[in-house]
Amino acid sequence: MNQLVSSVRIALRALRVNRARSALTMLGIIIGVAAVIAMVGVGAGATARIQQQIQSIGSNLIMVLPGSISSNGVRLGSGAVASLTEDDAKAISAECSSVAAVVPAVRGGVQVVYGSNNWATTAQGVTPDYMTIRDASMLTGEFFTDEDVAAAAKTAVLGETVAQNLFGDSDPAGQVVIIKNVPFTVAGVLAPKGQSPSGQDQDDIILLPISTAKQKVLGANKANAKSVSSLMVQAVTPQAMDQAIQEMTGLLRERHRILPGQDDDFTVRNLTEVFAAQETSAQVMSILLGAIASVSLIVGGIGIMNIMLVSVTERTREIGLRLAVGARTRDIMSQFLVEAVTLSVLGGLVGIVLGLTASLLIAHFAQWSTQVSPLAVALAFLFSALVGIFFGFYPARKAAYLDPIDALRYE
Amino acid sequence: MTNAGAIEVQVPLVIDVKDLVRDYMLGQVPVHVLKGISFQIARGEFVSIMGPSGSGKSTLMNILGCLDKPTSGRYALDGVNVSELNRDQLAQIRNRKIGFVFQQFNLLSRTSAVENVELPLMYTNTPARERRERAMKALLAVGLAGREEHQPSQLSGGQQQRVAIARALVNDPKIILADEPTGALDSRISMEIMAIFQRLNRQDGITMIVVTHDPDVASYSGRLIRVKDGRLHADEPNAEPRDAQHDLEQTPADPEAQTAAA
Ligand SMILES: Nc1ncnc2c1ncn2[C@@H]1O[C@H](COP(=O)(O)OP(=O)(O)OP(=O)(O)O)[C@@H](O)[C@H]1O
Ligand SMILES: [Mg+2]
Repeated sequence: MNQLVSSVRIALRALRVNRARSALTMLGIIIGVAAVIAMVGVGAGATARIQQQIQSIGSNLIMVLPGSISSNGVRLGSGAVASLTEDDAKAISAECSSVAAVVPAVRGGVQVVYGSNNWATTAQGVTPDYMTIRDASMLTGEFFTDEDVAAAAKTAVLGETVAQNLFGDSDPAGQVVIIKNVPFTVAGVLAPKGQSPSGQDQDDIILLPISTAKQKVLGANKANAKSVSSLMVQAVTPQAMDQAIQEMTGLLRERHRILPGQDDDFTVRNLTEVFAAQETSAQVMSILLGAIASVSLIVGGIGIMNIMLVSVTERTREIGLRLAVGARTRDIMSQFLVEAVTLSVLGGLVGIVLGLTASLLIAHFAQWSTQVSPLAVALAFLFSALVGIFFGFYPARKAAYLDPIDALRYE
Repeated sequence: MTNAGAIEVQVPLVIDVKDLVRDYMLGQVPVHVLKGISFQIARGEFVSIMGPSGSGKSTLMNILGCLDKPTSGRYALDGVNVSELNRDQLAQIRNRKIGFVFQQFNLLSRTSAVENVELPLMYTNTPARERRERAMKALLAVGLAGREEHQPSQLSGGQQQRVAIARALVNDPKIILADEPTGALDSRISMEIMAIFQRLNRQDGITMIVVTHDPDVASYSGRLIRVKDGRLHADEPNAEPRDAQHDLEQTPADPEAQTAAA
């Protein structure tokens, strides 16, 4: 330990002799480490954002839509066929053991009016289980109840965007908005969820009891008054998703009297899986960014090697003298290795500071969330030390195996 | 010669070389630099080596200093057969038994005198405080007390050479090897250096081997070995070596006398 401290001190002194040169050499490592930290921060930020968006759509969520993708690949527009009903929803929730909750939903575009303000948005008719399935919470007020659904109460829950556009900063709870000439009392406002993974504003929505939505706003399907435009299904656990899909598919085929060999008249989509692909692509992007940045770290390492080789040549006589007075191979070797590692570690420390600053600036000016984990910092530091050892090794070895006489005579 | 023979019997040998040969390869052609040299040096001797330029004196000194290995022949240093040792073992021997003084001083620039002197101790397990103490003592021994913090560029040639001698001393070596230690110094300063060498030889019993072109310098030693064309040309004791300290006191130190001498 004492030995190491004094080696580092000797190295620092040697580096101080050529201040400008040492600083320039370090610059390579500084830029490399800073780039790695900033880029990994950007990548991790992007990944975290997507993860958060996936969280926001709800956990273990499966969507069931009417219509199907036929076996020959021609898609019959899902929703074009009114094949799903509220009874399907009840049956799934009663019979599929891997399913925690089912929410039937109808949706359509509406114009919402409050006083002189009006706002075009999507109305969705749902049941109160929507809250649990979508992991939603209320910003103000209360969500409507099963009784409201049974009674087809004229009550509405607003998304944040809708509330902002109609009411500004005042509290909408208890106010009356007009949809298709029908007055609705606002029961509350949903806590904002932000963008969905596919880029939609999840707060630009107005939720109504499904019964009211059908009867007063969106209009019931002529052929089947109970048909819905989708079912949102929550599996009991993430592991039970596949099981739940199987159970539901079997049950729905049976209920819809689909013979073996015939295509489903509905489509089941595991949303988590769909968006997991996006998450993977974000992770690939961050790895790619990190890899590109690592290249600059390696270039920095080559700079260290270059300068260490110059330094070994310049100090040939010094090395000769040290050998003459009794330095062993490993003494010279460690002297130059410590010097290289000191360069790279100092550069690494400065680079970490710079990289953290850069990722803060990126977050601030590009409005792009960045996340620098302590692990990334530790790895960058370790990596810079390794670069020093790796690229310092050859020059150090060259110094250590000089012939003492040749070295002493060197001009 | 009978005198020298008597010493050989009583006092242990520090250096024992037999049929020392050193060839250099210049491309494909071997150049024979040392062509079979044998001699012995007993503990406490003060030996000068003289000879024409290119006769192989430095080559011989490099082998004696364990910086180089002979092509053939035997070399025992302090009873150890050095020819069998590897690179790091030779480094250990140089560190523990040998002190070097070079013509060009070879001090580390931008490094204080005391740190220069400490250098050999850096490659031992000596704790920092003891290193410093021993370096200070060695600087005191060469008359440089008070100059510990000076850097080489702030010292005269003679002072730099004294720092180099202190560095050679600091490890309590068995022998000090000096290749033209006064080659870059004027005659009075040379005399000072020789006075230090004589004192180390007489008081501390360090075996001294000095290569020189200057017969005056050689006259302070007790034995003179002449090398010519890679062979031992003569090896004779000097029954009455001059005393450098005494000569110094006799020589006026005024600048004019010095220029005249130079
Ligand atoms: N590395 C080498 N390769 C080839 N020849 C060498 C090498 N080193 C020395 N020699 C040759 O060996 C001979 C003796 O050299 P050395 O340096 O021992 O002479 P010297 O007696 O010390 O001379 P001087 O008094 O000028 O210092 C010279 O002819 C020199 O050219
Ligand atoms: Mg020579």
